[in-house]
Amino acid sequence: MKNKSFSGKIFMIVNVSILIFLTLICVLPLINVLSISFSSSAAASAGKIKLLPVDFNISSYKYVLSKHEFIISLIVSFKRLFLGVIVNMILTILVAYPLSKDNKTFRSRSIYTWFFLITILFSGGLIPTYMVLRSFGILDTIWALILPGAVPVFNVILLLNFFKEVPIEIEEAAFIDGAGPWLSLLKIYIPLSTPSLATIVLFCAVGHWNSWFDGLIYMNNPSHYPLQSYLQTVIINTDMSRVSASQLKDMALISDRTTKAAQIFIGAIPILCVYPFLQKYFTKGMTLGSVKG
Amino acid sequence: MTKIKRLKDLPYHLMLLPAVIVVFLMNYVPMFGIIMAFEKYIPSKGILGSKFIGLDNFKYIINMPGTFQVLYNTVFISFMKIVLGILVPVTVSLLINEIQRDWFKRSVQSIIYLPHFLSWIVLSGILVDILSPSTGIASSVLGVFGIHDVFFLGNAKLFPYVLVISDTWKEFGFGTIIYLAALTGIDPSLYEAAIVDGANRWKQTWHVTLPSIKYIIILMTVLSMGNVLNAGFDQVFNLYSPAVYSTGDILDTLVYRIGIIDAQFGPATAIGLFKSVVSFIFIAGSYKLAAKYGDYKIF
Repeated sequence: MKNKSFSGKIFMIVNVSILIFLTLICVLPLINVLSISFSSSAAASAGKIKLLPVDFNISSYKYVLSKHEFIISLIVSFKRLFLGVIVNMILTILVAYPLSKDNKTFRSRSIYTWFFLITILFSGGLIPTYMVLRSFGILDTIWALILPGAVPVFNVILLLNFFKEVPIEIEEAAFIDGAGPWLSLLKIYIPLSTPSLATIVLFCAVGHWNSWFDGLIYMNNPSHYPLQSYLQTVIINTDMSRVSASQLKDMALISDRTTKAAQIFIGAIPILCVYPFLQKYFTKGMTLGSVKG
Repeated sequence: MTKIKRLKDLPYHLMLLPAVIVVFLMNYVPMFGIIMAFEKYIPSKGILGSKFIGLDNFKYIINMPGTFQVLYNTVFISFMKIVLGILVPVTVSLLINEIQRDWFKRSVQSIIYLPHFLSWIVLSGILVDILSPSTGIASSVLGVFGIHDVFFLGNAKLFPYVLVISDTWKEFGFGTIIYLAALTGIDPSLYEAAIVDGANRWKQTWHVTLPSIKYIIILMTVLSMGNVLNAGFDQVFNLYSPAVYSTGDILDTLVYRIGIIDAQFGPATAIGLFKSVVSFIFIAGSYKLAAKYGDYKIF
């Protein structure tokens, strides 16, 4: 289908230029912030930085990583990520498998399906959830960040559509050999669904890493904030009353702008790291279950 | 017979049990909080002890100055986001689809998916920095064209457009996934037939490509209707300021300020309930439409 006419060539040049432009628009802001974080505060406040650092130095990173609160919130975030993704994955798999059966095999399927679907449409909202968490005594603990979103219904839908594509004959053969549903799920469905499972791991991990609002609301003690909640309080809602005198001195030395940039960038690093490895899976994992023609 | 069948279902019930318990406690129990929308809720008296006042909370909200402006802002912003959220990804997928070099195609895709995965905290931090009128890179770029001192985030006229454009920027790449998948599914013999009939690239796009992905476009449009009152809390909350409340305040941020800041739980729950009901109507309606015209069922 090669089109070698003159107009075809012009179109190709224009097309490639547009796509390169769009691609640049997606990365340049990140690169700009990255180079600000590695620049001197004088250059940053003069607004001289474009795409390369001016007066390269790492003092803002040193400052950020020496801040006790920052490290604590980083640890909370990783703890949340680890526990949260495990809980999400176990529950997603355990829900998706029975719901992927047809109504004849599993007759209560519709009731369960609606039970989970309704939670997409209606929620009690923030304040009642807060009260429930308080009455269980898990407010201000890591579980307050994990349990309210423990069953990610959209991911369940993704996975159950994927499970439906697994040829039923494989499972029937296993049943004849004496396996039950548990064994079939473990030995057939899970190994056959790696692209989809990788996609869901990515989505859950990103979801946990990026959540910030629940941390602000369900954690009373700022030292329990996960990283994104902490960043919200220092980057977006800078509250000068909470800054101590010694910190003010530091800030005079290494400009607010470069430290903010450094923190923004650290907040994005884990995603930038996992993303390339999981990227080949998620396009496949997302579309196989959902698009039919 | 029925007993045996029930036993056969037992493993399925057991698998669902943990999730059912968690969802019941974390999602269903809080739904009783909706009662607060009809109460003069006083925390010390609790949900059961507070006085029932019927629809007074709703009346209070309607009479509050600015409620309708907020509703308008919400619908305006979310509608623009929905429109651009379809148009831009479709166009970009068509452009990517025309590329023959695989490595170029894949590099473009990998990079444009990225902003979707970054939080609005990170992106707001970036936006605030690059849009800053004094030091931001946007103002130095605009300065080249002789445009100075545009305060994107402080100007009430510009603010909604900043929201819509930055949201489109974040999501357009990720949005192309579904259309690109549909485009690769088009039968190549259709193009061969079109070429035999003398169709050039434009005509092929118009008569083969677009009709082939028409259904998926309709489907995505219909499904996004459920978001008509979701103007994007995470984004607005992290970018807005009192200077742009007149055009940038949305229902979710209003609920936050009434509920969390002013601790008026009753009216806040009432707005939340209104939002849920409207969203439910739109979602139910759009699923009906999707099932009718797109032949689409999630389950």
